[in-house]
Amino acid sequence: MAIQLSRRSFLKGSLAAAGAVAATSAPAAAVKGAKGGRHLATLIDIDKCIGCGACVEACRDANYEKYPEAKKPFPKMYPNRVPVEDWSDDQYASDRLTPYNLLFIQEAVVDVDGEERFLTVPRRCMHCVNPPCVKLCPWGAAQQYKNGISRIDKDICLGGSKCRKVCPWHIPQRQTGAGLYLELLPSFAGNGIMTKCDRCCDRVAGGGVPACIEACPEGAQIIGPRDEIVRKAHELADETGGYIYGETENGGTNTLYVSPVPFEELNKAVDKGKGRPHFKPAENTMAKANNLVLGMAIAPIAGIAAAWGKQIVADNKKKEKPEHIKEGTDHDNA
Amino acid sequence: MTTRNAAIPPVRYGYGLLMFLLALTGFAQMPIFKRYYIADIPGLGWLAMFYVTHYLHYIGAVLILGLAAYFVTAYFRTRPERPKLTPTGYLRAGLIGVILVTGLLLAVKNFPGYVFPPGAVILLDLVHLGSVFVFIPTALYCWAFSKKWINSPSKGDVKGVN
Ligand code: SF4
Ligand code: SF4
Ligand code: SF4
Repeated sequence: MAIQLSRRSFLKGSLAAAGAVAATSAPAAAVKGAKGGRHLATLIDIDKCIGCGACVEACRDANYEKYPEAKKPFPKMYPNRVPVEDWSDDQYASDRLTPYNLLFIQEAVVDVDGEERFLTVPRRCMHCVNPPCVKLCPWGAAQQYKNGISRIDKDICLGGSKCRKVCPWHIPQRQTGAGLYLELLPSFAGNGIMTKCDRCCDRVAGGGVPACIEACPEGAQIIGPRDEIVRKAHELADETGGYIYGETENGGTNTLYVSPVPFEELNKAVDKGKGRPHFKPAENTMAKANNLVLGMAIAPIAGIAAAWGKQIVADNKKKEKPEHIKEGTDHDNA
Repeated sequence: MTTRNAAIPPVRYGYGLLMFLLALTGFAQMPIFKRYYIADIPGLGWLAMFYVTHYLHYIGAVLILGLAAYFVTAYFRTRPERPKLTPTGYLRAGLIGVILVTGLLLAVKNFPGYVFPPGAVILLDLVHLGSVFVFIPTALYCWAFSKKWINSPSKGDVKGVN
């Protein structure tokens, strides 16, 4: 399953070290700048990425302790249709997202101003501003922090994969045979744990920067408060005639890409499918239901007005009636 | 029964249907209907579509909030003497109250920028679901045994919605 990253591996050896040196305190300062409820966002300049894979390696090094520990044999699950998703024997697969590969490099051959170009694009969770994976998790295993980072708590997740279904990019990946479901009713409910990039939340909480950003020898990715990142994305796009993805997709994400080609073209050129997200337009998934919340605020007012009005009408009727035929109360429907 | 009671059956059926819709779309928030073939039944495929069931659950919430506000207002505005809730009336009203409050908080959480502590979300989810698990058998019991919501002080017992 794992693809050979020969070109990347070659480049990586020489460039990753340089990347570590290049990592200054500037990004750390940017991370600190996002305090007080401001979201942290990243800007990925696709033009700068050389596909060396240093970020992928750094992500593994930084996160291997969080990887699922699958216990085998897996419990028999009912009904039979429940799929086993097992990457534990293929942990080095790097050509897609897996529970053991939270970041991968997507490749595309595109036409830029009549010239054929080979683009490489780091792909992982977009860290939506209002993440449906978090908001629609049926029991709070997926969480979002005030700084906008979303993560899935592997100690609580039951692996039902709703987060993947509601994610516009189907990012979270499942490993069967790990997690809390094993302690509950493993044959009848749950199916492992879901995993995704958590933007190295522990490092960020300690004032550090995500490992993938720190390792990049090209500085292809920067991090900072979202408003600043959006501004920088526009500056870069204006400067290079580039295109932006992530500013408005799914109502806005905390990952912005700037590409030298329109994302429609990039989307056509990348290999898409399971664990390989698209670059299509993504409508705001949470907006429609959230608009109904206004109705939830108005409905009780309407209910109160209706009952109050009915009572007033009943009172007036009673006043109009002669005393001897006045009767009972108006609460029968209550 | 007075003539006014003739208006009760449509309200009762509407309320029953609404509660069924809310329970069904609420359970559909868990990934169970596909796993257990229910969404494979022709016409029920939508039960596995999380955004559809979420939207329908919200529509149901709008209606139940309006209905609840109506009955609570009617109850407190009733004169000259306020009717008394029966014990099962108290139980059902209390459970609906908990379900509505936790549901509203969960809906607020779904707005951008509203970040509740993880423990609070789990607690809200469990209390919301747990109250439903108690409410369903309670409501079915009251329906099966024609349990009333209120005792009318002025006209004797009045059947309400179950
Ligand atoms: S991209 Fe998907 S997994 Fe990441 S925050 Fe958005 S919905 Fe969640
Ligand atoms: S932010 Fe951390 S977890 Fe996410 S892709 Fe980068 S290194 Fe991996
Ligand atoms: S983002 Fe940086 S580290 Fe990752 S592949 Fe591109 S150039 Fe290499």
